[in-house]
Amino acid sequence: MQSSLDSSLPPKPPSLVARFGNFVDRTFQYWTVAPLVIVLLLLVAYPTLQLLRMSVSEVDIVKGEVVWEVVGLKHLETALQDQLVPIALQNTLVFVVAVVVIETFLALVISILVSRSKHLDGLYRTVLLIPLLVPPIAIGTMWRLMYDYNYGFINQALKLIGIVAVPTWTANPQLAMPSVVLVDLWHWTSFMFLIILAGLESMPQEVNEAARVDGASEFQVLRFITLPLLRPTLITAIMLRTIFAFKVFDEIFLLTGGGPGTATEVISLYIYEVFSGQFRLGYASFLALGLSVIISVFVIFYRRLGRRAA
Amino acid sequence: MKKFSIEPFFRHGFLMLVVAFTLIPIFFTLATSLKLFRDIISGSLWFTPTLVNYQRLFDPAQSNFLRLTANSLVIAAGTMAIVLVIASLAAYSLSRFPWRPLWSGLLLGTILFIHMLPPVTFLGPFYLIARSLNIYDTVLAVMMGQIVLNLPTATWILLDFFADIPKELEEAAMVDGANRFQSLTQVLIPIIQPGIAAAGALAFIFSWRDFLFALTLTSTPRGMTIPVGIAGFVTEYSIRYGEMAAGAFFAMIPALLMVAFAQRYIIKGLTLGALKG
Repeated sequence: MQSSLDSSLPPKPPSLVARFGNFVDRTFQYWTVAPLVIVLLLLVAYPTLQLLRMSVSEVDIVKGEVVWEVVGLKHLETALQDQLVPIALQNTLVFVVAVVVIETFLALVISILVSRSKHLDGLYRTVLLIPLLVPPIAIGTMWRLMYDYNYGFINQALKLIGIVAVPTWTANPQLAMPSVVLVDLWHWTSFMFLIILAGLESMPQEVNEAARVDGASEFQVLRFITLPLLRPTLITAIMLRTIFAFKVFDEIFLLTGGGPGTATEVISLYIYEVFSGQFRLGYASFLALGLSVIISVFVIFYRRLGRRAA
Repeated sequence: MKKFSIEPFFRHGFLMLVVAFTLIPIFFTLATSLKLFRDIISGSLWFTPTLVNYQRLFDPAQSNFLRLTANSLVIAAGTMAIVLVIASLAAYSLSRFPWRPLWSGLLLGTILFIHMLPPVTFLGPFYLIARSLNIYDTVLAVMMGQIVLNLPTATWILLDFFADIPKELEEAAMVDGANRFQSLTQVLIPIIQPGIAAAGALAFIFSWRDFLFALTLTSTPRGMTIPVGIAGFVTEYSIRYGEMAAGAFFAMIPALLMVAFAQRYIIKGLTLGALKG
């Protein structure tokens, strides 16, 4: 009797495995994002809380044990009296402004020229990509060899054209910062070049053609059509480059170590010295927190500006 | 009729100068690495190339560079593998499910923010974490930092690739009886292989390049990487030009290989945050 009713019975409840599979399938959205969330919690959120805690504490390692002592805003007072803080900030600012201005101008010129080249543009793109992938420590080493007083490429070339009184470049207080800036141009101009070139290539060509047909000169096309259309791209490129320029560390560490004197002491380098050289973990964390706040203000400002331009 | 113009002449002339400026330091370094000390000092353009600097660098009796290379490789490969798994799963989820803007925005905002912060910010906390986990001065400590630094770029690249796949493709697979996991691994992942290659290559090269984390989270050749080794070498023996150059050139090889073989895929990753995908 039962058997004849089989077809009208409710379907057999699915097995445990199938139910589990079903559950995983319905919540797959959360399973797949979970690893990222876990990593962000463990390696970003937790370290951020640690950073906040460290920046109001003295942290020391005594016989392998971490010793915390809450000191409140003591590090703020230290920072306000620390003569190296304003020097490091000023050096960083000089460095950032110099590299961003020069790199923007150079990258703009290079990308306009490359975008007009039908031949060899592959070569230019390929070569300009190299500096962005090379380890910054290798860049620093290369330029140490280039700048070397006796055997460096630059001074040998200068002697070859008859200049005998060659400079010491990175060891000269006046030339150290420009030398470091030059290395940064080598490293980062390509970054802005890639962004600006992509912007140029996504532009509608019809407008340029129409203007040329109407008798506009190449300069007028550039000045009144290309540059205005490029404005949002330029703003993005400049802001990103500014934010990244604050990170500068490796090359300066290797080329000058912040010297001579304090001529190239930038803020990342100083924080590293406080952290690693003086082993003042609390104070270094306070300075790092301050730097993050400065960068955050920049990021927020940049997003506002970017939204308005778009 | 097109009139003759000298403009291309100046244009290519200027761009060739840029190319020369970019390549000269690399060639000079390569040449120095192949010179005997006396050829470096004489500064002559003609010299007989020698591999003696590389031999010295990789001779375990004279330097620990071999060990550092192994560490760098382990860190770069490990970071690449872990970052690829985490980033492709997350990119899949964020691009193919209807997330509330609040949540997806929070996640993407956080990783973009990590990308912007100076790495020096993480030093103190990571040092304490490495100590408390007893992994200070090991490749694991360095890898922990590399994972954080490389997740943003990888996630962003893969988001772009996932977003380009039409929804119908996945739906078709599921109508055919595949579950979500199968449709991800058997349908979607094969399609985004170029994206995985790009994200993986960048993760590898960026952890290979990194200096600051390895510098602060290690203290002996147990966990040190190539950049730390080179920096130590340069600051200690500023006179051993040949070996300095050999180390620097060796460290550049992955970058040069990538430029030769994978440049198409990596530009998007390098300009993260600037180009809308």
